Amino acid sequence: MKDILERLEEKRAEAKLGGGQRRIDAQHAKGKLTARERIDLLLDEESFEELDTFVVHRCHDFDMEKNKVAGDGVVTGSGTINGRLVYVYAQDFTVFGGSLSATHAQKILKVMDMALKNRVPVIGLSDSGGARIQEGVAALGGYADIFQQNVLASGVIPQISVIMGPCAGGAVYSPAITDFIFMVKNTSYMFVTGPDVVKTVTNEIVSQEELGGAVTHTSKSGVADKAFDNDVECLAQIRRFFDFLPLHNREKAPQRPTFDYDERIEQSLDTIIPSNPNKPYDMREVILKLIDEGDFFEMQPDYAANIITGFARMDGETVGIVANQPMVLAGCLDINSSKKAARFVRFCDAFSIPLITLVDVPGFLPGTAQEYGGIIKHGAKLLFAYGEATVPKITIITRKAYGGAYDVMASKHLRGDLNYAWPTAEIAVMGAKGAVEILYRKDKGDPELLAEHSEKYEDKFANPFVAAEHGFLDEVILPRNSRKRIIRGLRMLANKDLQNPWKKHDNIPL
Amino acid sequence: MFKRILIANRGEIACRVIRSAKAMGIKTVAVYSDADADALHVKMADEAVHIGPSPAAESYLLADKILQACKDTGAEAVHPGYGFLSERAAFVEAVQAAGIVFIGPDVQAIEAMGDKITSKKLAADAGVSTVPGHMGIIKDADEAVKISAAVGYPVMLKASAGGGGKGMRIAYSDAEAHEGFTSAQNEARSSFADDRVFVEKFIEEPRHIEIQVLGDKHGNVIYLGERECSIQRRHQKVIEEAPSPFLDEATRKAMGEQSVALAKAVDYCSAGTVEFIVDKNRNFYFLEMNTRLQVEHPVSEYVTGVDLVEQMLRVAAGEELSIAQDDVTLTGWSVETRVYAEDPIRGFLPSIGRLTHYIPPTLGDDVRVDTGVFEGAEISMFYDPMIAKLVTYGENRDAAIAKQRRALDEFYIRGIAHNIPFLSALMAHPRFQSGDITTAFITEEYPDGFLGGALSESVKRAMVVTATLLNAIDKSRATQLEGQLLDPTGPHECGWCVTIDGEDIMTSIVPLEDKALVAIGPDKAEITCDWMPGDHVVQANIDGTDFAIEVDRAPVGYRMTSDGVTMEVRVQSIRAATLYGFMPEKVEADMSRYLLCPMPGLIVALNVEAGDQVKAGQALAVVEAMKMENILRAEKDAVVKSVEAAEGDSLMVDAVILEFE
Repeated sequence: MKDILERLEEKRAEAKLGGGQRRIDAQHAKGKLTARERIDLLLDEESFEELDTFVVHRCHDFDMEKNKVAGDGVVTGSGTINGRLVYVYAQDFTVFGGSLSATHAQKILKVMDMALKNRVPVIGLSDSGGARIQEGVAALGGYADIFQQNVLASGVIPQISVIMGPCAGGAVYSPAITDFIFMVKNTSYMFVTGPDVVKTVTNEIVSQEELGGAVTHTSKSGVADKAFDNDVECLAQIRRFFDFLPLHNREKAPQRPTFDYDERIEQSLDTIIPSNPNKPYDMREVILKLIDEGDFFEMQPDYAANIITGFARMDGETVGIVANQPMVLAGCLDINSSKKAARFVRFCDAFSIPLITLVDVPGFLPGTAQEYGGIIKHGAKLLFAYGEATVPKITIITRKAYGGAYDVMASKHLRGDLNYAWPTAEIAVMGAKGAVEILYRKDKGDPELLAEHSEKYEDKFANPFVAAEHGFLDEVILPRNSRKRIIRGLRMLANKDLQNPWKKHDNIPL
Repeated sequence: MFKRILIANRGEIACRVIRSAKAMGIKTVAVYSDADADALHVKMADEAVHIGPSPAAESYLLADKILQACKDTGAEAVHPGYGFLSERAAFVEAVQAAGIVFIGPDVQAIEAMGDKITSKKLAADAGVSTVPGHMGIIKDADEAVKISAAVGYPVMLKASAGGGGKGMRIAYSDAEAHEGFTSAQNEARSSFADDRVFVEKFIEEPRHIEIQVLGDKHGNVIYLGERECSIQRRHQKVIEEAPSPFLDEATRKAMGEQSVALAKAVDYCSAGTVEFIVDKNRNFYFLEMNTRLQVEHPVSEYVTGVDLVEQMLRVAAGEELSIAQDDVTLTGWSVETRVYAEDPIRGFLPSIGRLTHYIPPTLGDDVRVDTGVFEGAEISMFYDPMIAKLVTYGENRDAAIAKQRRALDEFYIRGIAHNIPFLSALMAHPRFQSGDITTAFITEEYPDGFLGGALSESVKRAMVVTATLLNAIDKSRATQLEGQLLDPTGPHECGWCVTIDGEDIMTSIVPLEDKALVAIGPDKAEITCDWMPGDHVVQANIDGTDFAIEVDRAPVGYRMTSDGVTMEVRVQSIRAATLYGFMPEKVEADMSRYLLCPMPGLIVALNVEAGDQVKAGQALAVVEAMKMENILRAEKDAVVKSVEAAEGDSLMVDAVILEFE
């Protein structure tokens, strides 16, 4: 009996070595951690319950039957992050370059199945050279099975992808379907076709990093949500991120006690709106001063920065924040910011996370690039997302809310629950200058008269009271009281129960 | 006494004057420009009058507007503060002609002291020691030697048109004076086409020490001790203290009495300051007299117990001084630092913008902050970039410095760059602490500028202990998250690895009743602290010593600032710390290849495009901030690789505008 027990330990120890010490050293030399080390840092100490430790591939071509490693290039199982359950898989680059075989895919599918069945999130750590060529179509099938499972789990459990090495070709589509993608700077990249193919087909010469590195995807393509400096910092931040999320779509996000005073008055917000309406201010400051302890997990900070999205807590409860950023493109909505915010809003709605929207939007960005790019349909995504969302929605207009963009930004008309405005708010069809040019076309040649009209228009519309008279605003509030009002509002809306009409699914303008 | 006064100034000094006036039951009127509509002095005053656009020349410097404001509000007197109109004789005349009292000296005193030559002559006549020298033109080297010998060595031979060290020679002997005259003259001729050379006494190891005087309209004048302001950067005072660590009683008395004599010679009837330069042998020489309240007056108030603003108001109202010279005693020590909106690491580049966070230190009997700002206020580019004056008091110099260091550590300012790290480094400097200072202190000690403070062992230990505690608090809070699968166990038994300044230190922590015991390697520390997540400043007592550490969050740990030093302090499990060892070294991006936006602003012009060859000094872009255009120039010859911004973009500070090859 003792022998048998020892044998198990031996086999486990062997499995833990993955591709062997030499490959582990090579992984370290690249500034990367191994799959097991990553899981170790991601999960609470000693909480990892491994599955399928001894799975090996079943390939008999190209002499592969002589080369089998326990685990087959992916470590799977479950564990806890600050005590809360999560399923994980981590591809092991030291074993066949983390390449995906049929059995490798089956292991991933097994944890995804269990996660979906048990309503627990999945975190996937990708570090893989791609499909295992020796297995051919079997590997391709494996990918597709994973995609299908990703699709079914979408909106039921949070799915998080962390790219910590190569992720190329078909492999990219699993992360693409999941809710969030995080990357590690300089050691990870994602692309559908690599630099060599790009060069052959289009003659473009581009490096892996430029084509699909963390900086590219977090600033240019918007594919990834956030980039971190290295594996250790990345995994520490994923732990922080995970604490904001509920385990599944029928549970509220976990409450975390806060040390921040719920009725905190923030005097400095009274002076944040500059007296010059064309001068920008940093909306991030408003966010940091409203939320608990200034603890903000921003999503896509370097992409479409004219809108800010991210998670925070208000009196311990997770909220999703969407805010126009006047510092970038004057806070205009454009294609990228609409898509960015729409996807964020839909995640929050799917997972019962209340939405706090801060509005300072002068309109949609004009121009042929925007129109040819389809701003109509892309802008509609955000409108659609807000319109269908049934979670508590609290909106504060801090300054401009012009035209169609006013409607889009969680307005009362899109079933906003509490729509507040600061006294500095201006809710109008457009800015004074544009409005006057249309209203008083006959006075076009007389700048003095136009200025006079403009002043009158401003007097009438450059304030929140016209909208308040219509009931489009529930209240005009002092900036300094905003935190207090939001927290009171969230408590009022705690039992909100709103159902959309039955449908198979909606038809969002993709 | 006046019923209502107007303060013809802004910022901290306006607030300072309002404070004393309020305490005396006098109503106050503030004046303000566009930029100051929401300023603190406007809020503090009983009423406020708008006097024009933001530039001082169109508001605070307009005597007519001030006078009109006085008339409109019925103010009986005007306090000018410092700067602006405070030393303009014409303004005083206009004020008096309008039947309003000027809270300051009379016109003739201002006029006499406003002129360098007249004041020096007046001083000499009043028996005040002036810098010996020969103001006339010197014919030749022989005459130079004669005059130099008469002035007394060492002497400075100075080209009349000189500047930037050119045409200047120091001579310690007749031979050197002879040789120095010739070379100074030659250099002056070739550099400035003007070969006139003067001789002046050369002051070795000069210190700037000034005497506070106070007079009334009844012929009484007293002196209230001295202030030493030797710590200067480009003639801008940075640190002031009272008394001076250098003066002895006899010198103090001599300087005081000469200052009183000078004040009496011009019928001085308010608060004023006589500035001296003092050499290493305590010889002192008159520099100039400032006929106004000085920025650094609080240090004198601390050690004398006299409210100088109150006294100015009383004597202006015609009251006789109630303090006699014998009543003046100097008790304890006071130190003032000037907190400026400038970035010490970037060559003290001024920084403007919004104070997103402004948390002053805990105030008390011995910590005073004079300021005109508050959290959410704007540091505008129109006026002096001083954020606040931090003044501390102690029974002796060491105590006052210790309180400064502590208060600077507590002072939390974000949103703009500030010089607190530099001030902290100065306070921690052994040479400053020894009192061995001269006006050249900063140039001598920081020849290459300020590169950041040095991390002392005690601050490092405090950071390690504090980080361990903060981590325990954060981890313990994480265990209170809802929906835990397993029974959350406390993190306290675990060991941690704290990484600071490249060093890994093993720690562990045991919570006790109202404190915690932290093991740092073989060493142990006891810490009490009531920090809660979200607090910006940690106030901790470690083994009986108080520390204040500013804390911001970092990816794995904290960014801590104390004693002028900012450190990234990682706190990780020992396993994680070991794995961190495999992480590639973070390389700070080389930003010298980029033209960065120095302040938040709007790009109004971009003068170059990719591929352009630019010369040093060439204008590359114009950034508009606060309605002012700032031209950004090339620091060296370069080729533009790419343009990353466009005209009309509004950029954050440090945003990339151009990249050079």
